[in-house]
Amino acid sequence: MVEITLPKNSRITEGKTWPRTSHATHLTEFQIYRWNPDDGANPHIDTYYVDRDDCGPMVLDALIWIKNNVDPTLTFRRSCREGVCGSCAMNIDGTNTLACTKAMDDAKAPLKINPLPHQPVIKDLVPDLKNFYAQYASIEPWLHTVTPAPEKEWTQSHEDRTKLDGMYECILCACCSTSCPSYWWNSDRYLGPAALLQANRWVQDSRDESTGERLDNLEDPFRLYRCHTIMNCSKACPKGLNPAKEIATLKKAMVERQV
Amino acid sequence: MAELEAGTATAPRRSRPLSPHLQTYRLTLTMLMSIVHRITGSALYFGMLLLAWWLIAAAAGPNAYANFEWFVGSWIGRLVLFGYTWALLHHMLGGIRHLIWDTLHGLEPADREMLTLATVIGSVALTLVVWVIGYLAMGGPR
Repeated sequence: MVEITLPKNSRITEGKTWPRTSHATHLTEFQIYRWNPDDGANPHIDTYYVDRDDCGPMVLDALIWIKNNVDPTLTFRRSCREGVCGSCAMNIDGTNTLACTKAMDDAKAPLKINPLPHQPVIKDLVPDLKNFYAQYASIEPWLHTVTPAPEKEWTQSHEDRTKLDGMYECILCACCSTSCPSYWWNSDRYLGPAALLQANRWVQDSRDESTGERLDNLEDPFRLYRCHTIMNCSKACPKGLNPAKEIATLKKAMVERQV
Repeated sequence: MAELEAGTATAPRRSRPLSPHLQTYRLTLTMLMSIVHRITGSALYFGMLLLAWWLIAAAAGPNAYANFEWFVGSWIGRLVLFGYTWALLHHMLGGIRHLIWDTLHGLEPADREMLTLATVIGSVALTLVVWVIGYLAMGGPR
């Protein structure tokens, strides 16, 4: 169901402003969502000033700089720092993206940093993505075959392989799914753009032999058809993929098998 | 693993807050038009009442029809009718946009923005055209 406001325990209160480091001349202001499971307080927004002469260009560089120099309790996920692991997905300047590939200068200051939208927060910028991963598992993202396995590998023509372009690149960072208002209101039943893009990746795979069953599993008013082409997913994807188009492809495949 | 779970179980923690969504997400044109499509769709239900009133009044006789005419002739009636015209045309163009998307066309970044903007401009323009034609047919505003 549509929710306009946040539950009582999630309402955001004013936080503290952390001191600037002395002698810094080139500063960028950050307003960062904080929530500590141990202190009993509501989430709050803390303000930090990042010394740009001492810090790399990306938002992730700034978060690490803050953790190292100002506030070691600031909590966030990160790993590869080059846009392939998807760990540092968060809401930056009102849009979901990866902190490691988003340049500070490409966002409006003060930079507003929030966790991925409409998710339970574990701490600060770390959301609980259990449901997201369970939905991915539900589309059974592996090759289904009934014919006996070939002696070597399952082969595929170059042409069939290109059908997976635009889908195999997905890193499951959850930027798209958590940008989608339909997913916000119905994530218990709607699979969301990431899981549906992955579903289409297997539906389109020439080697897969359970296309019919895969489509049957999606034939549901919520699982697939809660997509209302709002397009936030495609605008958010940090890998430049187009989940909305993959979902439309699935909807088309549904119609085509009936006629 | 078992110790870890037992450890967390002994210290009950507060229920996790929900991260902000509508409060922080930057509005996009396609997002806004999705909302407007829903609102105009609901508005059309009420517009049907107006249409039903018109038909029933026409069937019921001159007195009933005069009442209807008085309402749609008043400034508030005209405003409602103008809004209904726009809602109908906007919802129709939105429907056409969704139909185009269902055929896998116009889904690339520049195309989808252009199509969405076209429904906004198109609905306002068509509404004005309908009203100008309407007034011309009546021989000017009365």
